[in-house]
Amino acid sequence: MVKVGSVDPTPLRADLVIEYPFTRTTGPVVGAFMTGLRDGRIVGSRRADGRVFVPPAEVDPETGDAIVDMVEVSSAGVVETWTWVDPPRPGSPWEAPHGLALIRMDGADTPMLHGVLVDSVADMATGMRVEAVWRDERVGHITDLVGFAPEGTDAIVELAAGEAASAVSTEVAGEPVRSIRTPIRLEYDFIPSAAAQEYLRAYADKRILGNRSPVDGAVFVPPRGVDPRHGVEATEMVDLADTGHVGNFCVTHLPIPGRSDLPTPYVSAWIHLDGADIGFLGLVSGCDLDDVRIGMRVRAVWKPDDELGATAENVRYWEPTGEPDVPVEQAGNQAWSAKESPDA
Amino acid sequence: MREVAIVSSAIHQVKALTLTTDVQLMVPLINEARDAVGLTQADIGFTCSGSSDFLAGQGFSFVQTLDAVGAFPPIAESHVEMDGAFALYEAWVKLQIGEVDIALVYSYGKSSPGSRRDVLAVQLDPYAVAPLWPDAYSVAALQARLLLESGAVTVEELAAIAVRSQRNAVGNPNALRASPDVTVDDVLAGAVVADPLRASDLAAEADGGCVVVLAAGDRARDLCERPVWIRGIDHRIDAHGLGVRDLTLAPSAALAAGKAAERAGFAADAVDVAELHAASTAQAHVLATAMGLGGTTSGNGVRIDPSGGSLAADTLMAAGLVRIAEAARWVSSGDADRALAHASSGPCLQQNMVCLLEGE
Repeated sequence: MVKVGSVDPTPLRADLVIEYPFTRTTGPVVGAFMTGLRDGRIVGSRRADGRVFVPPAEVDPETGDAIVDMVEVSSAGVVETWTWVDPPRPGSPWEAPHGLALIRMDGADTPMLHGVLVDSVADMATGMRVEAVWRDERVGHITDLVGFAPEGTDAIVELAAGEAASAVSTEVAGEPVRSIRTPIRLEYDFIPSAAAQEYLRAYADKRILGNRSPVDGAVFVPPRGVDPRHGVEATEMVDLADTGHVGNFCVTHLPIPGRSDLPTPYVSAWIHLDGADIGFLGLVSGCDLDDVRIGMRVRAVWKPDDELGATAENVRYWEPTGEPDVPVEQAGNQAWSAKESPDA
Repeated sequence: MREVAIVSSAIHQVKALTLTTDVQLMVPLINEARDAVGLTQADIGFTCSGSSDFLAGQGFSFVQTLDAVGAFPPIAESHVEMDGAFALYEAWVKLQIGEVDIALVYSYGKSSPGSRRDVLAVQLDPYAVAPLWPDAYSVAALQARLLLESGAVTVEELAAIAVRSQRNAVGNPNALRASPDVTVDDVLAGAVVADPLRASDLAAEADGGCVVVLAAGDRARDLCERPVWIRGIDHRIDAHGLGVRDLTLAPSAALAAGKAAERAGFAADAVDVAELHAASTAQAHVLATAMGLGGTTSGNGVRIDPSGGSLAADTLMAAGLVRIAEAARWVSSGDADRALAHASSGPCLQQNMVCLLEGE
């Protein structure tokens, strides 16, 4: 029996990157604003009492009433509040330290957020007058504005690498802007739990670990440190065989992005290891796909010893053992049905 | 209205939960809160949680965390992609309907694997604002400068709010930033992080979780000696855009406080303690002013943030529920008779909840 907690002091970690490649439709109001940016103009929306919102509000935020019309405002205005961003934030369009401000354009009643392009925080002040600095190549996006510079200066700015205008363009030249790309990229430093650390490290020795429930002895794989049925900690680790049976399966004809080594069609299956009470996901290969069936006995096909690492990818796939099948009525999840719940 | 009380709570906040999953965080906390009043999950009629997938970097991450409850046999549950305080509101409504007598509320946030100040940019207007990736410190700084330059507060007064938080947090095991003898001069000597804010002006980022058990009527009296009754609870919202509202005010906080007070039968400032959910000292000032608690350190005789408040430890998605749990502890222990707990959601105090509590 191995206890959770005896982990290597240097935990396994991995970069986890989440990207949302959103394309957003603009509708007529935001679309007019984006079209204006593409044409080098700043456009706002006007409500019944004449108040002008920049960027335009689609409905009056106070009353919910529809906006009356769209109006062009000046490309110059006044800093109402500001801060200084040093170093520039990842993902932002700026490569150098810059001001960030709420700027009220002349002719507008509400301020908009954008960067202020000055050399140092000492150059920033509430009430300073600034004017728009435009990109040469504009597509109908908030970053068509490089930022705002003190009136009467020629701002020289460095744009963040990889922020080419084409990256956010969805539009046909001359047409009103109807959609914009707003990709989101978030980076995480992912560190698995102590139980998962042990599980992954054991793979390097061609071992598969499970967690035994302190309530009724049911064994869960992969180990998550808890028995999810009862909401209790499960600290006992058990070694499991690298043999089992197919509890369920699916034949997939679509390729997995990034897995060109996996020809289609392939079989993903719920593998029920001998000694475990729930299944976990694996690929079945080494036989005709038509032969894969519920109850079929399988064993792990491991990578060569010199390619083993702390990863579940060490099991390349599961192949038939040729042993007699597990009867269908006994195949699949056992923890939920075979073990009696003490609450029942 | 049906009488509903907080009968139990559990809190855990640390700088970073490196090797602990959300599930492993919540198992002992949920058991602590249930065990304190002798309940098992089978006794609980409704379970409601709050969390954010953007912190976990994983879609529908909350369904995994249900493992911590022991959701088998199947339970009645719901989830909000908001602070747990708003999950508590949903549970309170469920109890008002009268079909269940006991509810379990929990929320958690583990923001340390990502860059939280940048992740929060995703909550802003996705067309004209978020693509510029204004980080949360910068947005808080824009609000703070408006407040300072309006003359409503001075840098020294903001520093005094930071000092109040750090001193009150002494002895709170769930606070990250505590100091018994810190002074305004010490705070003002700190470096500016997001002009005009110093690190001490910004809430201390924490990982953690919180659990609250609610019970109705006599069931609450059976479960504990001194139920903490929710006498009034209300939440209101202001416009989303940063430019379309006056960031030096929090009208939705004022309105929520007024509505909660109507229901409670006592005013928001007729309390002994108040716990505020603020991302900055400037927000703490805006809130205290909006709810009539007095703008700066003393309040109108109300002790503000006796736990240190969210400034001392701010667990994203849980800090609001932690405020309710902390305020309830002051009442359940008998150290206070009435308390105000506030929770916020959205940028620059866009949405505000006020919960007025009273002891049996």
